Amino acid sequence: MAEAREAIPIDAGRRARTGSPLLRKSLAAQPFWVTVAVIIICVGMSWLEPDSFPTRDNFFNITRNFAYIGIMALGMMAVIITGGIDLSVGSVMGLAGIVCGLVLQAGHAWWLAVLAGLGAGALCGVINGVLVAYVGLPSFVVTLGMLAAARSFAVVLSENKMIYDFGPDGDTFNAIGGGEIAGISNMVWLLLAMALAFGFVFRFTRWGRHVYAVGGNEGAARLAGVAVNRIKLQVYVLCAMTAAIAAIMVVGWQGSAINALGTGYELRVIASTVIGGANLMGGEGGAYAALIGATLIEVIRNSLLMAGIDSNWQGAFVGAFIVLAVLLERIRGSRAD
Amino acid sequence: MAVLELKGISKHFGAIEALSQVDFALGDGEIVGLMGDNGAGKSTMVKIMAGNFPPSAGEMMLEGRAVHFHKPVDARAAGIEVVYQDLALCNNLSASANVFLAREKMRGFGPFRILDDRAMNERARELFAELKSETLPAEKVRMMSGGQRQAVAIARTHLSKAKIVLMDEPTAAISVRQVAEVLDLLRRLRDQGMAVVLISHRMPDVFGVADRIVVLRRGHKVADKRIADSSPEEVTGLITGAIRAA
Repeated sequence: MAEAREAIPIDAGRRARTGSPLLRKSLAAQPFWVTVAVIIICVGMSWLEPDSFPTRDNFFNITRNFAYIGIMALGMMAVIITGGIDLSVGSVMGLAGIVCGLVLQAGHAWWLAVLAGLGAGALCGVINGVLVAYVGLPSFVVTLGMLAAARSFAVVLSENKMIYDFGPDGDTFNAIGGGEIAGISNMVWLLLAMALAFGFVFRFTRWGRHVYAVGGNEGAARLAGVAVNRIKLQVYVLCAMTAAIAAIMVVGWQGSAINALGTGYELRVIASTVIGGANLMGGEGGAYAALIGATLIEVIRNSLLMAGIDSNWQGAFVGAFIVLAVLLERIRGSRAD
Repeated sequence: MAVLELKGISKHFGAIEALSQVDFALGDGEIVGLMGDNGAGKSTMVKIMAGNFPPSAGEMMLEGRAVHFHKPVDARAAGIEVVYQDLALCNNLSASANVFLAREKMRGFGPFRILDDRAMNERARELFAELKSETLPAEKVRMMSGGQRQAVAIARTHLSKAKIVLMDEPTAAISVRQVAEVLDLLRRLRDQGMAVVLISHRMPDVFGVADRIVVLRRGHKVADKRIADSSPEEVTGLITGAIRAA
């Protein structure tokens, strides 16, 4: 009886809402609106600065400048979807860069430098992950500790010197991060490949589904039989590895390793994910969101420079955008409930 | 025949006796309402059946065989599912993703296996249809009413082919309008031969749907009788202690 009575209004309401699911979904999604914003700014800047903005050089610069932030944002996205945060990516990037530099300086092969950099990142990720997942400490505290520790380790290892004498394999190593294919920086190609891979994993694999489940309701996921602790450990390792990958690319591009590499990048990386549509409470986000969020920040920075505004204003814009994005999310969230 | 039988079950936490010498039998396709005041031992009894902790004394028989659960997983493997009061769902996932959480259907071969959302949605649609629920498999749980969320939680137990479902206050957190929907769900579970233990404070729900009622007071079973032979007045008296036993 109950369902007979309720069937009509429920059905009618649902049909109205499902009009065009794809359109409705995109209109409700933050990445869609961020994409629109990127397009509007690019069109506007091309019109205002036709000689400098829509050029090949500027395109090359913009894409390369957000590529390494985007790469880290992908790893960060996995952590944020589970409801955690990783404040240590900038420092882990610095440490991995120094490790690469030292291995090259000692005359070892380029691939050994790459492996050592990745290994340094993975080690930091394992420490973060174990403390968060198995010891149960808040991710904010653990990764804040790693932020300080990894940076100090980088300074100590480098003896506070710049490393630029890369030995016999230096040129090969530098070609990885500094090279370009078809007029686009290798870093950008890598970002695109990684974004596709992350998108696939988030959307189509059991592991990806479980990452979202952990962020949605950790207790429910645990009761259902999801290996919550293992998933958490894995996302922190993954995030630290993306920081190491970014370090390998940037050190190669710049041809030198400094221990200050990545200082303050955690803010840009987290901002990218949040602006792209990740929810800091967990459970929401995606690979495209990380990509488009990183794009918007860099396009705005570039536009400010071209408009002759002091680039030091960038921080103010990024900060305002984070708060605005979270505010938007809050408003949309309260409407959905 | 009884699917689940508790014989002389006691549980004490230090000096506190939460349950003493409780006998209880649950038949196939039966809904038993478990009632009692706060602290009467209801949740202790449910937690023993669900494998959260073992009893201090007594025996538990599942389909005639003695069982000893040490973890909730043991109970679930044996066919006992719990639907928790807070429903334990992931709001950010779809209904079917919740139903299949941690037992996702995959397609592909060898190491190249991806989530088979279409098959999961289809199976979830069948499960919701069996429950005669208006729940859409692909819709996010966040958007759902209390009754629909209940259907998702129950469909999960269905998927695992549970024999026994323990429902902890299923109607506590939802609107009056949706209570009828949930009680219908319970009747359908029974019609499919599942045994249900309904823990509830709400007299009308228990009298509306249960076949039998068990009342606990201070860890003792004070009544175990057919609904037809009892009345809400009598049960209230039993719960409060105004009537000593029936």
